[in-house]
Amino acid sequence: MTVTEDAATVAPAKEVGQARRRKEDARLITGRTTWTDNMVLPGMLHMSVLRSPVAHARITHLDVGAAQERPNVVAVLTGRDLAEEQGSIPCAWPVTPDMVNPGHPSVAVDQVNHVGEAVALVIARSRTAAADALEAIDIDYESLPVVLDMEEAVTGGADLVHGHTESNTSFHWVFDAGEAGTGADTEQAFAEADVVVSRRFVQQRLIPAFMEPRSVVVQPSGDNFTLWSSTQIPHILRVMLAMVTGIPEHKLRVIAPDVGGGFGGKLQVNPEEVLCLLAARRLGKPVKWTETRSESLMSAHHGRDQIQYIDIAADREGNVKGLRCRILADMGAYLRLVTPGVPVLGAFMFVGIYKFPAYRFECDGVFTNKVPTDAYRGAGRPEATFAIERIMDELAVELGMDPLELRRKNWIDAAEFPFTTAAGLEYDSGDYEAATQQALQLLGYDELRAEQQRRRESGDPVQLGIGFSTFTEMCGLAPSRVLGSLSYGAGGWESASIRMLPTGKVEVVAGTTPHGQGHETAWSQIVADQLGVPFEDVEVLHGDTAVSSRGMDTYGSRSLVVGGTAVVKAAEKVVAKARTIAAHMLEASEDDLEFTGGKFSVRGTPGASVGIQEVALAVFASHDYPEGIEPTIDAEATFDPENFSFPPGTHICAMEVDTETGFVKIRKYASVDDVGTIVNPLIVEGQVHGGLAQGIAQALYEEAIYDADGNLTTGTFVDYLVPSAADLPHFDTGNTVHAAPGNPLGAKGVGEAGCIASTPAVVNAALDAVRHLGVTDIRMPLTPERVWRAIHQGGDGGDRATAGSNAYGGAQTETTAGVSTPASALGGDK
Amino acid sequence: MIPAAFDYARPSTVEEALQVIAEGGDDVKVLAGGQSLIPVMRLRLAAPELVVDLTRIPELRGVREDGDALVVGAMTTHSDVLTDPLLARYGQLLVQATETVADRQVRHRGTFGGALAHADPAGDLPAVALALDAEFVLAGPSGRRTVPATEFFVDYLTTALEEGELLVEIRLPKLGEDWGVRYEKFNRVAQAWSIVAVAAAVRREGGRIAEARIGLTNMGSTPLRATATEQALLGADVSLEAVTAAAALAADGTSPSSDLNAQADYRQHLARVLTRRALAAATGL
Amino acid sequence: MTQITVRVDGQSYSDDVEPRTLLVHYLREQLGKVGTVVGCDTSNCGACTVHLDGEAVKSCTVLAVQADGGTVTTIEGIADGGTLHPMQKAFHDMHGLQCGFCTPGMIMASIDLVGDNPDPSEDEVREGIEGNLCRCTGYQNIVRAVQQAAAEMRGASTGAPSTTEAVAQS
Repeated sequence: MTVTEDAATVAPAKEVGQARRRKEDARLITGRTTWTDNMVLPGMLHMSVLRSPVAHARITHLDVGAAQERPNVVAVLTGRDLAEEQGSIPCAWPVTPDMVNPGHPSVAVDQVNHVGEAVALVIARSRTAAADALEAIDIDYESLPVVLDMEEAVTGGADLVHGHTESNTSFHWVFDAGEAGTGADTEQAFAEADVVVSRRFVQQRLIPAFMEPRSVVVQPSGDNFTLWSSTQIPHILRVMLAMVTGIPEHKLRVIAPDVGGGFGGKLQVNPEEVLCLLAARRLGKPVKWTETRSESLMSAHHGRDQIQYIDIAADREGNVKGLRCRILADMGAYLRLVTPGVPVLGAFMFVGIYKFPAYRFECDGVFTNKVPTDAYRGAGRPEATFAIERIMDELAVELGMDPLELRRKNWIDAAEFPFTTAAGLEYDSGDYEAATQQALQLLGYDELRAEQQRRRESGDPVQLGIGFSTFTEMCGLAPSRVLGSLSYGAGGWESASIRMLPTGKVEVVAGTTPHGQGHETAWSQIVADQLGVPFEDVEVLHGDTAVSSRGMDTYGSRSLVVGGTAVVKAAEKVVAKARTIAAHMLEASEDDLEFTGGKFSVRGTPGASVGIQEVALAVFASHDYPEGIEPTIDAEATFDPENFSFPPGTHICAMEVDTETGFVKIRKYASVDDVGTIVNPLIVEGQVHGGLAQGIAQALYEEAIYDADGNLTTGTFVDYLVPSAADLPHFDTGNTVHAAPGNPLGAKGVGEAGCIASTPAVVNAALDAVRHLGVTDIRMPLTPERVWRAIHQGGDGGDRATAGSNAYGGAQTETTAGVSTPASALGGDK
Repeated sequence: MIPAAFDYARPSTVEEALQVIAEGGDDVKVLAGGQSLIPVMRLRLAAPELVVDLTRIPELRGVREDGDALVVGAMTTHSDVLTDPLLARYGQLLVQATETVADRQVRHRGTFGGALAHADPAGDLPAVALALDAEFVLAGPSGRRTVPATEFFVDYLTTALEEGELLVEIRLPKLGEDWGVRYEKFNRVAQAWSIVAVAAAVRREGGRIAEARIGLTNMGSTPLRATATEQALLGADVSLEAVTAAAALAADGTSPSSDLNAQADYRQHLARVLTRRALAAATGL
Repeated sequence: MTQITVRVDGQSYSDDVEPRTLLVHYLREQLGKVGTVVGCDTSNCGACTVHLDGEAVKSCTVLAVQADGGTVTTIEGIADGGTLHPMQKAFHDMHGLQCGFCTPGMIMASIDLVGDNPDPSEDEVREGIEGNLCRCTGYQNIVRAVQQAAAEMRGASTGAPSTTEAVAQS
């Protein structure tokens, strides 16, 4: 207890809102962190995976005898060996009652359905020995017809990916505002409309391409197993692995150490996690698997891949009347954790920020002989935002209106919040006009429009365009009841607990699991404010199911909104418990205590106060505490939001298009996002930058391409183009702040905003530059060739050739699984 | 990924290297900078039995003058090229092209000779060597021979190097101040190989073009010369009209490949546009 | 097996390696220098960048035997005792990293760049680190960090705005 003369407590500066440098950095900038692949355990074995070089085939012959004889090989396992114990990779989101899930073996048993599918495993004493022995496995395939094109796959008589199913359609999911009571009849709206604009948009297949390749280490100990994995979801993974393998959940501990990026790509129960666990169980030894980049690109799940048929109805004055969306969503060969849920999540966002009276959405999930799709930054919402922001531009052209005027005419005004859209979501807050005005200023809009005019008039070979994306997204996944209504297999709550240590230090145990987001810093800031303790006195623990037993992990811009709120609520409980003890220590009534700056003081009694960190010591000793309470001030809280949060924003891109070559270059990019209350502006800005980079990369660079045989052409970073610093522009970013009403922090979520908003802004900008040349659409990514063709030959730029570039002798997936080809002789510096 | 196992030799002289290669059997790979070979071995597209590493042969590294020629050692790294005073003065076309090769780490290791011997048509330096009519000095068990650039590049990843031979140096003409040069590269992201590129060197006399050398990157299975354009430029005025007309012939006789970055017709279009731009820059238009 | 002797981060090591052992695997698996990581198979990502005899190289594209007799500096060897290298400090100050996987290579490439160009412009930084991929940051704060570190390394006062100002302005 401290009795000070000066009782007038000066509240310290709030931590929330400060650009705190990150706690995480110290270990990352010095190379002293723990990636899963850094783990070395006594007796550890290494697993390598033989992968199918063909897209669709029956395995007619598989002989692993020679591989088993290779030096230092401990075991070679096939699908047949593991058929009884491997179960199926789980799909937690059966979006319709009759959804077809063909089952997903971790290692193929008798048929392969995509290039890169596991067909055998080698477990050896070294990584090298395991890799070498793959070449000694003898396997023959009998080809089956390859299904790649979604539009063909859903026609009658199409070849089937899975012979035991009736069609390639996994599910047909419908949302109709008229039927749901959230809007008028869509067909009638279209029948009565003055103007209808229809477009077919292609959301190309992307690869999350986290920088840290996936890695798993499993350590058996008796009948217990500890699994380290480069995962976003240790908690969900534990539940799912228990269900899949039959290992009791309480015998399984999952740890996500430092994880090098995820972007949804590590929101998965990976076949290799199951296989590593089964191998370790079988052999009784620790087993490690770390993928190569080529393996990652061909076997980790992909994202996006939709064909969107969008119709918009409006009157001549530009008032939107209805929106109709029909979507083909490529599932790939199997359903993984939330594969079917991705387009369904997007279904609610196609109406964007606009007041559509009527809305209908239909989606078919389609099987093809490609690696499964699943969550990738934004998961459904970028696809939706792209569609609405592109079609709004097309409608503006049709009506002869300024694209921003059309948006302004139809968006929800600041005074109209909360607003329930035709998709049935209640948007919380925002001011689209304010964000737009700020973004226009950041861009220097008027000047660029004038330059655009000059370039048009002079016939400059380099034309300039400006594109908008005024958007909102749905963050803070998610209210459990809503998820239940959408048939998702789990809830969306988050958990946190706070341990007050005797020396006054604080441990925050979070159910969220970061992989670059800076939770250790942000959660410390929150707790420092809540408990009035120094930022440095807070340690954040996460990512280990033995430390943090309850959690729903990190994805969907949920961590701060849901998990941060759980931290706040846990802190409130700590303060409440401490108040009782403090009152006892100060011999005062609880009602007379004020809690400010980490100190309880007695109102009207200057000098009588005790700090919460002192209370922690007192309760540790527990020599003297009130009757009827437990001697602890530790607390746990679980928060389940009642609604999503909706961070809106305006993104504007100015784009130069070289009409002679088709090369596009972003001249300037401005974005203003409203992510609610900002806990750490440094981290928020960084999240926006990173999101922008990925959204721009979808527009300009990235595409997973399969050739006619189902080989992934973009099987290395030579052909799958992740942009470098030299390929991206400077971003001018800003914020408006409208606190989210749904959580005490007022935070809305920021992880996906940049990625969701930027893609259509970039494409709209390119089109704006060349629309006067007759171009109405260009397929993503806007390769120079596509842009050039669209300008000079019409159409949307068309399909790209599927052959890989000839770099490294045309290295492609078929050759990266240890299969030698005639090209093997060619490469090199001979 | 990890390369397949191989034996390794690190000779310290050319003579020793030739001997090691001669004794090494059928499946020998020569390791220069390794910036293409090592990735190819990691992907197990190449699995040689013996790798002969030339990085410790001092005589293969460096640039010297020999009358009207510059002699560049095959193991001269791209970084060496970028900082060499002789090349800064007489070899600007090579310097410009080398600046666009991959990234700084790769340029620290990768070598001029390695890039030429690899003969990747998408590589930037073969077209430069061809445009300049470089001479390739090859050392073999029976001595040295000199091969002109037109004969050196035989096919995709294939050169005139016979089994047991090494590329030891490359002789380039000195380009004096009457020459203007430009390497015009087109790719989608910074560190990528060229989709198409044009290496142009133009000598002016008075207001006319006295000599033009134009090499094309990735317009066929080997680097190519834009012969029709070169011909059209001879004696032409230094004017945008003349350059544009000549550049329109740049893709004549080419049959480039189609891949995900560009189909053949678009590559031909690019060759024409880039040639015009390269010529305009080289002639100061 | 071939015997090599290498000086890594100020310490001398003598080891037998297979000729096919990549320098990065030697560093990680034989020396425990796991600060240097592997991000791809094709020399594109730059995550494995270290300095070999004073020059930045991609250690996945150099054989360990090629480092024989050489000096290697990794991310673990650039701090001066407890004092961070200016580049490390700048990455921290400017929030130039998120997940941090590319960071060791990014820092080593950036030090190499500033060694050649002590006062790089924004464009020069962007081109100078073209061989290093980052999936998290969008590079903007990395560029700021490299420029700030360059200023500190050449002993000048910081040319770049402080991060707080930068954030407030943006």
